[in-house]
Amino acid sequence: MKISKLHDFMETRSFALMVGILLTVMVGGIVQIAPLFYIDSTIEEVEGVRPYSPLELAGQDIYVREGCYLCHSQMIRPLRDEIERYGHYSLAAESMYDRPFQWGSKRTGPDLARVGGKYTDDWHVFHLTNPRAVVPDSVMPPYAFLNDKKLNAKLIGAHLAAKKAIGEPYTDEMVALAEADIYTQVDPDSDDIDAFLARYPKAQVRNFDAQPEITEMDALIAYLQIIGTMVDFDEYQANINDNAR
Amino acid sequence: MSDHKKVDEHTGTETTRHEWDDIQELDTPMPRWWINIMYMTIVWSIGYVILMPAIPLLNGYTKGVLDFSDRDRVAVAVEQMHADRSARSQELSNSSINEIIGDDGLYEFAVQQGKTLFGDNCETCHGAGGQGVVGYPNLNDQVWIWGGSFDDIKYSITYGIRAEHDDTRFGSMAAYGRDEILEPAQINDLVQHVLNISGQQADGVSAKRGATLFAENCSSCHGVEGKGTRENGAPNLTDTDWLYGGSAEVIHETIFNGRNGVMPNWNERLSADQIMALSVYVHNELGGGE
Ligand code: HEC
Ligand code: HEC
Ligand code: HEC
Repeated sequence: MKISKLHDFMETRSFALMVGILLTVMVGGIVQIAPLFYIDSTIEEVEGVRPYSPLELAGQDIYVREGCYLCHSQMIRPLRDEIERYGHYSLAAESMYDRPFQWGSKRTGPDLARVGGKYTDDWHVFHLTNPRAVVPDSVMPPYAFLNDKKLNAKLIGAHLAAKKAIGEPYTDEMVALAEADIYTQVDPDSDDIDAFLARYPKAQVRNFDAQPEITEMDALIAYLQIIGTMVDFDEYQANINDNAR
Repeated sequence: MSDHKKVDEHTGTETTRHEWDDIQELDTPMPRWWINIMYMTIVWSIGYVILMPAIPLLNGYTKGVLDFSDRDRVAVAVEQMHADRSARSQELSNSSINEIIGDDGLYEFAVQQGKTLFGDNCETCHGAGGQGVVGYPNLNDQVWIWGGSFDDIKYSITYGIRAEHDDTRFGSMAAYGRDEILEPAQINDLVQHVLNISGQQADGVSAKRGATLFAENCSSCHGVEGKGTRENGAPNLTDTDWLYGGSAEVIHETIFNGRNGVMPNWNERLSADQIMALSVYVHNELGGGE
């Protein structure tokens, strides 16, 4: 069949056209998507990256619920000026436990991929309560209500169990202790801290909002303070074997 | 459907041979230039596949003739940036403040870099231009909690204040009410005393009792006259410049719940020359300079 005939044939038969489109999209999909699951450099595992602690995870849920990702990206691109402003470029592995990923697509506010440890907890409370008290021209909305909303810790165990079921390396112990770990992470005087830190290295243990109850503010700040701090970039080498890209 | 072409009489253009209610669809060809651009993109893509990383294989991917890598490229760019700056940066880290001031070029370099760094790292707490907000001191005035000399400022920036560093500055304002160190009535008296020494209207009798309490409990840090001591980071309470606020309610809140503002240490986030640039900026362009 001449090529123009084939064209004619497809164009005038909707079923053939449908099958043709399906095949084309399928090939494109397989070639583009499937390799991401097996090529070493796209499934790079990096020392230090761990699943979120229950409190951090609750904070991420609030981050998603409030739509922070609409104004904030969490993706430092490998460009000189971004590295100069925000710090080391983001690694794919750093968002391997983000579901959904928080790369974002718009920067109304600054990128948050390395915000952990940049500010104090007090500052975050102050800023989230009323951004314009800190930055007079800020267009970020106030989230003062998070101070008064008690964190619902009841479902966190189920959340961890669900993540475990889809392959995140939570242990049965972590799932069983999920709710208790929320209380441990906001209590620097707790006896369980060592065990907690063994489960979640580098987690910050503090009463983040300085209020007696555990609020959604605690959870959100615990999350903000861990973002971008899990990998030790003094140790990370971009060029060894499969890290190179 | 027949195979032979049908041409529309009025326009002379081929039709698609579809016909609905006597209406035929013209098959106007795409403009030539448009088609040519499409062919060009195909040629381009072939070149791209040859030059750049492109096709996934079983274990890895084709690296392309150029062996291009974003990570390598940015590593080179960052290296280049440091190299461009390195002479100046080195000079900056190794000079004293007087040498920097004496060298116009170096001074300009420090201030420009310091200003940018201040915008990226400090303004969110210390306010635009360093004018301060409640709890975050004004760096643009002559009032310093820990000291406004170049070395003091550099120390504050390097090691922070109540930060997570062994050499950080430390001084604590206890929670006299919450931790039940003083009685509620005593705290009220102290509030009146602080109002009094800062030149505000106060209840004389109560303030008098407060003065005695102040000498017993507070003077070790804030000084006998309440003018503050820098070793403890205890602010002067006799002026109109407040870190947290000088109204009766806020002073009460301060004494009742205590205050311990935290300024992060920057020696882990910034390099020595960056801290130097910031110190020069705060000391010479903002309010420092003792
Ligand atoms: C309407 C857009 C918008 C939304 C929604 C928003 N922000 Fe922001 N955010 C901004 C802007 C603009 C800034 C910069 C000015 C400022 O600091 O307030 C900012 C600054 C910040 C900063 C300081 C970053 C830095 O490095 O200086 C943090 C942290 C932050 N936002 C967290 C959040 C969180 C958490 C949420 C969701 C609860 C959120 N933002 C929602 C616009 C937004
Ligand atoms: C997270 C908020 C925060 C950030 C960011 C911050 N500071 Fe501070 N800074 C503070 C607080 C709070 C104090 C006061 C501490 C106290 O209560 O004594 C302070 C105090 C200082 C002082 C001492 C002031 C005095 O009166 O003695 C200097 C100097 C200073 N900051 C400089 C900087 C510079 C330069 C930067 C940017 C690299 C910076 N700060 C970033 C919170 C911050
Ligand atoms: C151990 C030292 C220490 C003692 C004792 C102490 N203070 Fe303080 N005080 C501080 C420090 C340090 C600060 C600054 C806190 C900060 O920067 O966050 C401060 C801050 C204050 C402020 C806030 C000043 C402002 O500008 O907003 C007031 C008011 C105050 N103290 C009153 C008192 C009174 C009254 C007493 C006695 C009951 C007292 N202090 C005892 C160390 C002390």
